[in-house]
Amino acid sequence: MTEITEVPSPFCGIGTDDLCIAVDGLSLKVTANGCAVNTPLFEQPITDTRARVAGQEVDLDVAISQAAKLLQGAWLPVIGGCATDVNGMRGLLALADRCGAVVDNMNFVGARNNFLSMQANGWMNTTLAEVKNRCDLLLVVGTDVEAFAPRFFERYLWTEAMFLQDPSQRRVIYLGRAPSGDSSTSPNGTQATVLECPLTELPDVMAVLRALVKNQPVRVDSVGGIAVADLQAVAEQLRAAQYSVVTWAAGALAYSQAELTVQTLSAMVKDINMQNTRCSGLPLAGKEGEQTANQVCGWTTGYPARTRFSRGYPEYDPFLNDSRLLLADGEADVLVWVQAFNALSVPPVTDIPTIVVGRSGMKFGKEPDVYIPVGTPGIDHAGHAFRMDNVVAIRLKKLRDSGLPSTADVLNAIEQRCRPD
Amino acid sequence: MLIKLTGGTVYDPASGVAGQQQDIFIQDGRIINAPTEAAPDKEYNLNGKVVMSGAIDMHTHIGGGKGNIARTLLPEDHRSDPVARTALCRSGCGHAMPSTFVTGYRYAEMGYTAGFEPALLPINARQAHMEMGDIPILDKGGYVMLGSDDYLLRMLTAKKDQQAINDYVAWTINSAKAIGVKVVNPGGINAFKFNQRKLDLDEQNCHYGVTPRDILRTLATAVKQLGVSHPLHVHGCNLGVPGNVQTTLDTIQGIGGLPMHLTHIQFHSYGTEGDFKFSSGAAQIAEAVNNNKNITIDVGQILFGQTVTASGDSMRQHANHKHANPNKWVTMDIECDAGCGVVPFRYRDQNFVNALQWAIGLETFLLVDDPWRIFLTTDHPNGAPFTSYPHLIRLLMDKSFRNDMLATIHPEAQKMTTLASIEREYSLQEIAIMTRAGAAKLIGLKDRGGLGAGNWADITVYTDNPNREQMFEKPDYVFKDGELVVVDGKIVATKWGTTHTVKPDFDPSVEKDLKDYFDRYLTMKMDNFKISDDEITEDGRGSVTVHPTVN
Repeated sequence: MTEITEVPSPFCGIGTDDLCIAVDGLSLKVTANGCAVNTPLFEQPITDTRARVAGQEVDLDVAISQAAKLLQGAWLPVIGGCATDVNGMRGLLALADRCGAVVDNMNFVGARNNFLSMQANGWMNTTLAEVKNRCDLLLVVGTDVEAFAPRFFERYLWTEAMFLQDPSQRRVIYLGRAPSGDSSTSPNGTQATVLECPLTELPDVMAVLRALVKNQPVRVDSVGGIAVADLQAVAEQLRAAQYSVVTWAAGALAYSQAELTVQTLSAMVKDINMQNTRCSGLPLAGKEGEQTANQVCGWTTGYPARTRFSRGYPEYDPFLNDSRLLLADGEADVLVWVQAFNALSVPPVTDIPTIVVGRSGMKFGKEPDVYIPVGTPGIDHAGHAFRMDNVVAIRLKKLRDSGLPSTADVLNAIEQRCRPD
Repeated sequence: MLIKLTGGTVYDPASGVAGQQQDIFIQDGRIINAPTEAAPDKEYNLNGKVVMSGAIDMHTHIGGGKGNIARTLLPEDHRSDPVARTALCRSGCGHAMPSTFVTGYRYAEMGYTAGFEPALLPINARQAHMEMGDIPILDKGGYVMLGSDDYLLRMLTAKKDQQAINDYVAWTINSAKAIGVKVVNPGGINAFKFNQRKLDLDEQNCHYGVTPRDILRTLATAVKQLGVSHPLHVHGCNLGVPGNVQTTLDTIQGIGGLPMHLTHIQFHSYGTEGDFKFSSGAAQIAEAVNNNKNITIDVGQILFGQTVTASGDSMRQHANHKHANPNKWVTMDIECDAGCGVVPFRYRDQNFVNALQWAIGLETFLLVDDPWRIFLTTDHPNGAPFTSYPHLIRLLMDKSFRNDMLATIHPEAQKMTTLASIEREYSLQEIAIMTRAGAAKLIGLKDRGGLGAGNWADITVYTDNPNREQMFEKPDYVFKDGELVVVDGKIVATKWGTTHTVKPDFDPSVEKDLKDYFDRYLTMKMDNFKISDDEITEDGRGSVTVHPTVN
């Protein structure tokens, strides 16, 4: 048995890289700095090691050939999931380019709230080390931060800071949704301020808060059940803070046209920066390769990971390229599901031929036509993943020798096989 | 395979060859002396053709986070320039901030064989290398950005000695796999995080009490003492601010004779004269450059049309956001390391300021005497996309074309520029110096940028054409490492270039304080921060080339 330290996690998105993991053959145990998100994903045992075609175990090469055959005969293949490392995404995009597929990251419906807002107005954002060292006021919008990333507060708020005398004096305000636990409570016992409202009222609440920040007249006393006087206090705290941070998870804003909420809060951040102090946004995201998919697709095509190649060149459409719609409407005729991180994240059930390039241990309601178990980046092979703030790419380590191929190995081999002779 | 390029007219400033007819022999990717016996396996008759080494863009934003932000921000720009896949080439998009594959193809199709990313944030260097790893054909490299990182500023406040600074700079160059060091708005990106909105050369960072002048001197000294060939690469204070010509002149004087490269100097050459309180400082800048042999510059020419500005200078980009066109923009504070700002721009010839910016850039090119100390850039994509280089070359080489263009810009700008009175036309040899030999020398590439034996065979062949734009946009042949990759301006084969680096020595004990700093303040472990060679090479496409230090 060996113990590996300073292990980075590709799973949680906040880039924790201080895990200690005991490796005993193929079995892993997180011995320090685990969490409810990371530990189970590291410790999940390998079950499948062999590829299957129509439920029968076959050699890898046979499965690759069958996958290529299905794709070569397809009019509009869809590649969903897109949960893998940088090299896996490179292979995925090469394959999509080769066979004219639609690429659709599984978290895109949430991420779209951010992309639509960013592509309309832009934003002013920050990264985790700036939060850790500068943030004196954290405003959380519509999101349960600790459920998203259990160690967020421990790592980035209740810890030493370069520019704050007493980090425990930082203030936390929840707007819209209350936290599910108490990790946002300061070590000095101060609890977060919570201003709850029904999630669907959040657009109105944010609009009023922004108006108050801009000193616009507001003619109501309450909005979404929150007293305007309480929002006025938030506006004043934002203006008084040295370096406030507004955070949200796009996927948590699960209501129609939530991009307008992101737009309002991003515009509010810009407004505060015009009032002689600093404020920044911090979108929470990045689980299971979400940022990785969008970053690699971004530099390869110019667009985020909801892009089609069916006309020979990349075309981005955040609505029409939704793989669920393409499946529901019968437009897609082969589904490729790529998910190297999470065995519980299986493809949608469909009648069209399905190829799964997935983490070992997937249980299917309906056996796919081809299943190729692959290694997990950061466990079975080295690789790269992007953290939630996009700027930081972490170097994933190989922890054990499982012999499982990487996503890139498999997708590159299928792409090779799809080339015309 | 032995390849012979026969009878071309060769412009090879690195060997002092200026338009002589010469044969060139290529074997195993390199240029060799004429063999005594062996018959070539392949011969190209280049009679009447112009032969230069592959062009090198010494300052182009082709890798790293701000470029991807720019891409993500502007889907409408990509839609106007879709690039379909071919039997050889991947699909992608073009115009202002092209996709990585298209970047490689389009550079190569213009005869370029190397490009250098000037703003490699230490914490973002891994991404920059991965993006550049997806740029085919070109060699690449980067200058690592320092000067607004809290670690350096803490060292300066603590009055650490120059040796300690040198060790940190060398450690960072090694960790980020860089070939030079850049500073952007020295200390200003950091000051913006403390809510300072401007920072002059002698103005103190409100937290650290350090001035940009201190930072520049310290870093320029470190770069020189470490033996890094490329001088400190400086994006100065006050970018875009009318009157900043004085800041730039003071910066040149303040460096005290140390080697310094001032980048996209056009954006730093503005006076405050005239009815619009905006005037050209190009003549003063050119005079200072001519008189100070320690100074090199690239221009950062603007050309009219839509583009996007992507810069590490979050302070100045935030100040410039009101010019965003279309009206959307991004800034970021980054990891106690740096920052960035992305602001789309549409430079218009009928806008007085834009028109004068255009003229200021051209005046600078034409008034600086020594082509070995000035470089042809648009600061891609900030002044214009790199695909506009052939047009820019024509403006430099063709006075009547230049004056025809001048006659179409904003009339008040025409009155504020001396451009019409400048007779100079660049020669082919001078273009070859600026875009080849000079660039290789400046960066410290030991076997690129020349056509003498021993150089890698990066070679571009053009048909001589009085219309220099047509000539430079469509080379007859481009060879990369001896392999024919472009014929008649179109890709015929693709391959992967190398990543150029330098590895200055440092005292390993520098990691003791760094490890403590990473553990206490940063969000990544120090050992996870360092980029290893295998990250660049493990996919079987990339390679790392280490160039020597010069001490």
